[in-house]
Formats: sequence, C-alpha cells, structure tokens
Amino acid sequence: MASIPSPIHPENLKAVNKIAEISGQNVHECMQCGTCSAVCPMVESMGFTTRMGIHYLQFGEIEPVIKAQIGEYCASCHTCVVRCPRGIDVPKVFEAVRQLVLRTNTDLVNLAEIPKETMAEAPQIAFVSTFRKLTS
Amino acid sequence: MDTATLTEEVAAKTIPIYIMGKKYEVPETLTIMKAMEHSGYQYIRGCGCRGGVCGACATVFRRAGDYKIYTGLACQTVVEPEMYLTQIPFYPANRATYDFENAEATAETIYKLYPELFRCVACNSCTKVCPMDVEVLDYISAMKRGDVTAAAEISFDCIQCGLCASRCMGEMAQYHMAQVARRIQGGKIAPKAEHLEKMCGDIDAGTFTDVIEAAKVMTEDELKKVYTEREMEPHMGADEWTPASNHGLA
Amino acid sequence: MKLGYYPGCTLKTKAANLEVAAMAALDHLGVEYKELSRWNCCGAVFSLADDDLIHQVAPVRNLIRAAQEGCDTVVTICSQCYNTLARANKMVRENEEKRDTLNRFMDEEPDYSGEVEVVHYLSLLRDRVGWEKLRETVTNPLEGLRVAPFYGCTLVRPQEVAIDAVDDKILEGFIRALGAEPTSFTAARECCGSYQMIAHPDEGIKRAAKVIGAANRSAADALILSCPMCEYNLGARQGDVVAATEGLSQVPTYYFTQLLGVALGLDPELCRLDLNGLAAQQLLVEKNFIATATV
Repeated sequence: MASIPSPIHPENLKAVNKIAEISGQNVHECMQCGTCSAVCPMVESMGFTTRMGIHYLQFGEIEPVIKAQIGEYCASCHTCVVRCPRGIDVPKVFEAVRQLVLRTNTDLVNLAEIPKETMAEAPQIAFVSTFRKLTS
Repeated sequence: MDTATLTEEVAAKTIPIYIMGKKYEVPETLTIMKAMEHSGYQYIRGCGCRGGVCGACATVFRRAGDYKIYTGLACQTVVEPEMYLTQIPFYPANRATYDFENAEATAETIYKLYPELFRCVACNSCTKVCPMDVEVLDYISAMKRGDVTAAAEISFDCIQCGLCASRCMGEMAQYHMAQVARRIQGGKIAPKAEHLEKMCGDIDAGTFTDVIEAAKVMTEDELKKVYTEREMEPHMGADEWTPASNHGLA
Repeated sequence: MKLGYYPGCTLKTKAANLEVAAMAALDHLGVEYKELSRWNCCGAVFSLADDDLIHQVAPVRNLIRAAQEGCDTVVTICSQCYNTLARANKMVRENEEKRDTLNRFMDEEPDYSGEVEVVHYLSLLRDRVGWEKLRETVTNPLEGLRVAPFYGCTLVRPQEVAIDAVDDKILEGFIRALGAEPTSFTAARECCGSYQMIAHPDEGIKRAAKVIGAANRSAADALILSCPMCEYNLGARQGDVVAATEGLSQVPTYYFTQLLGVALGLDPELCRLDLNGLAAQQLLVEKNFIATATV
C-alpha cells in the first residue's frame, strides 16, 4: 500500500517541530471549531483569524501565520485557551510562532518609536510586558 | 636589585597563569596588571589609575576545573595559579545625550533616555560580574519602581568599568543609567551643602584673590618660607585652641 | 500565616492609588503583613515558551525573597504580578527538571521548591476576612453607586490561577460588601488591550473602546479596576478612547482598593483620588461618600 504523503512540506518540518517543542502543543488536535477566533479580542487586527492560523500550522505553513501578525497582535488574554473544547493551549502556540521571529534577533516593536511622553506617563508594567512579548 | 642574584628563600615563588590563552610563569605576589607587564605586555589601554577607582582595567578570568566566571580589577587582584584571564577594556554601551539642567528629578527621565531598562529579566548576571560588588540588579529594580535615590545609593561604588553591560541579557548599559540616577540625586534631590555654597560665594566675592595673586608671584624660596612659617595647630594643644587669624574663612 | 506583601514596580509610583488605601485597609481589618524589603520586577507577563527558563528567573527570585523573609504566603495587588508569580510558582512546584535548572542557575540564592503560596488581595479579602465581616466593618456604604466590575484577564485566566470560578463572581461579592451595586457588565472578563496600547496604539484604543462601551450600556456610574495596565488603557487614556470612538461617554474609573478605602471610612487622602482626576472625585462628592475633591 502506498504511504500517504505528509501534508507538511519537508522544508517546513523543522519549523513545525520547533513550534511543537516550544509550545508543547499538538496543533493537529484542533478541530477548527472557530471558538478561539470568536472570543479573541484582537482578531480584527490580525491578517486572518486564529482558527485559520492553527489551520495553516497544521499544514506546516509558518510564513503566512507570521505575515498575518497573529503573534504580534495577541494580547495574551488567554480567553482562547479557557474556551478551546480540545484544551489546546492556543496562546502557547502563537507564542512559539512569535519566538521563531524573535529568536532571529528581531524586535517586533521599535523602542525608539515609542513617544517620550508615553515613556513618562504609561505605567512601568506596560513597558515590561510589551518588551517581554515583542522584543528579543 | 637583580632577581638573578637573589637566593631562593628571598625570591618570590612563581606560578603559571594564562594571559589571553598563553602560559606565563609570574611571581605569585604580583597583581594581574603587574604580572602582565612582567610578562612583557605594555599597556596602551585597559589601564588607568592603578588604584582601583577608574574602571579601566576590568579583567575576566576563570580558575582551573571551575566553570564559573570571575572578575576583578587587574590593578587590585593578585594572581592565582592556573588563572586564565583576559581584559575587556571597552564594551560598546549606549550612552544617551541629554540636557541635565532641564531634566526632571524623577525616574521618568531615565525611562525616556533608556527605555531598554524595562528589558531587564532579573537574571542577575550583572551583579555576579561586578568587580566592585555593587548590587546591580537591586539598583535596576529601584529605577523600575521609580526610586532614583535608592538607585543612586546602591550604585555608589560603581567605577563604570562596563562589565555589567557586557553580560546583560537585556542588552542594557546599566552603569550609564546609574550615572543619570546619581547625577539627579546629587544635583537635584539631595539637599545642597550650604557651607559649600557660602565658600563659593566668598571666592567669587574676592575674599581670597589678594592672597592667591601674591602667592603666584612668589619665588620658590618665598613660598617655602611662607609655608613653613604658617600657623599650625599644636600637636598637644588644648581643645579650645583657635588660630590667630581666620584668613577670611567663616 | 506569615504574610508578605509584594508591591511590584508600578504600585510605588504610577499606581500609588492602588496601593496606599489597600495597605491601610489591611491594617484597619486587622490583617497582619510585612512588605518585602528586597524584591525585583516580576517580569510580567508569564513566559509561555516551554524551553524558556530565563524569564522565569525574575518571578522565582521574588518568591525566594519572600521565603528568605520568613513568609509562607505572599499577597500582591497588581493583577499581572499576581498572574506571573502564581504561574511561575506552579511551574516550580510541578516541574522538577525546570526547578532544578532554575536553582542551579540561581546559585547565589537559596534553593526554592514552591514553599510560598501566592494570593491576590481580593482572595485574601474573601477568604481571610470574608464578605460578611467586610460588610460589618464598612462605615460609609456606597449606597446607590452602580459599579461595573472589570476583572480583566490576568486575574481570571488561565483557570489554574483564576481567583474565582466564573460563577463565584468575586468582584460582585466585593462590590456588594461595600454597599454598592454591581452592574450586569458584558465586558467584565474581556481584555482591555493590555500592552497593545503601547505596541499598536490604534488597535489598543479599539479594544479599550469595546470595554468602555459595555460599561456605558450597563448604565454604570463607575468602572472598577484592579490592574495598572487596565487603568492606563481604560482610565488614563479614556479621553483618547472616547474621542476616537462614536457613541461613548466618559465613565469615572477607580481601583477597587480606593472604593474599599472610602467605604471603610479611611482618610480620603490615603485613597490618592488625586491620581484619578477630577471627575472621579466629583462623583464621590456628589454621592456624599467623601466631603471634598482634593485636586
């Protein structure tokens, strides 16, 4: 019997395995119900929804997910993980995608572009969390 | 005295050390700086006051069989057998330029100049590497919570050697931030020294001008005479002794 | 219980109005605590990458400090600090390998295996004081004040560190104990936008607008907050949010600890209402909860 070809392109296999390793999640458990997208407070800012993002990852397509900036607009609210019927830790999956970019020594926010007035008036927690999530 | 003529009991014992990977036998009583010069290195950088306060000669070393990183000032640290060392005389560190006169006396000044302060992950690598035992993480934490005074006090012994910046995971230049804190504390928060202000006023008012002008034109002999004949407090004088003339001092 | 208090970076300056009344209230309610004398930034938000341990060092180091000062429990008021410390603590307790690596890395500190319990101030009120006792201690009930209870994210998600199961409604219980009326507020557990207000300000404003809109629709007089990040997005920046969005009206915001201070009859100066702005003070004056505005 002929073996069923993997839907994941061999070039993407390394990145897919990296995401599984960093997140500890199996994206293939996702049944595409769309609840995560429905509850996501930032979904409208993303290139496409979180559900679509997981679907792309199931096929090993990392680049579109990076381009859609799902990980960048995620506010770490964790609503998706408490609602996911399969118990997939969705925030960890998109953190892993974000890390793939950050670990190339790339920042996803430019410190120099933050207005000085904001640096003086926003609470310290705002900067700690922003730089934690979006700088390498 | 030529070391070759000293007897074995008098000459210092030599020990092996590794300077940038090359082995040398050096007298065990020398500091790292002296040992490097003894080995033939001539300092054109990475050397300054030779007195432990300028921060130029920060040295990183390891000990045999020990994975840990140790640091010390080359002019102050005595060599050890199997010491494996190098010097990092300069590590690139962002230094902001700013208008101190108009800067606010708050932590926000530091936030504006060095937003990367908030990248600190509390790894403590900075504290571990500091050759002056400054609690670097503690002063960074103080800045983050808005306490400029505490940051100034904790960073007081810093000699700006830059080793903290070389190890920082957040890629910060901690010592530049600390300097802003100390400048703010000294120049804008700490109470002014009134007697200093008065003295500066007296100087500007010309109280000492004549004396100084006269001294400028004295010969060496005249200066020596004035100096040795000055009025001195007696060694075994009474507590109530006061000088005959106050020479314009308050 | 030897209770330690962990302030976090923001509460000493920008969010002093979250802290001062809170600690005065603990004194008033007879809850003994000791502020940790040495601590560092908790490093919010909790790191979600499995292979990343360096971002766990900051919260764990604070738990070590609490243990060093003889505390078996540490209380925190900032929601993000609570979430980060609690999740880091859980990780240390459950993952032996990571615990060992962390302890070996932090070789200049004593070892830590999760001996300290992390609680949030609201849990402390509910569990140590109780709503009944709180209600009895209130001398200045906030009667007639309709308050929209905003939980935000980090107090209630993920479930392993949530300070209440959704049906418990800890904030509503708190509000009722103060004599005020919680409104039916659909955005109670939604996200305020968090750090997106810094990273992508336009998107942050849109998110905050949804919360303000829901507060308006619930006919709330006031919006109650527990986190300095939420306060920045929904309070300090409310002017920008309302200006950028059609159909919104301004609603005064307070930290829950400030209303606690007012209801307990504490000196209004302690509540640092001056940091909330004039409208927030005027509302309380109007309703006769405080005598005058201090701005």
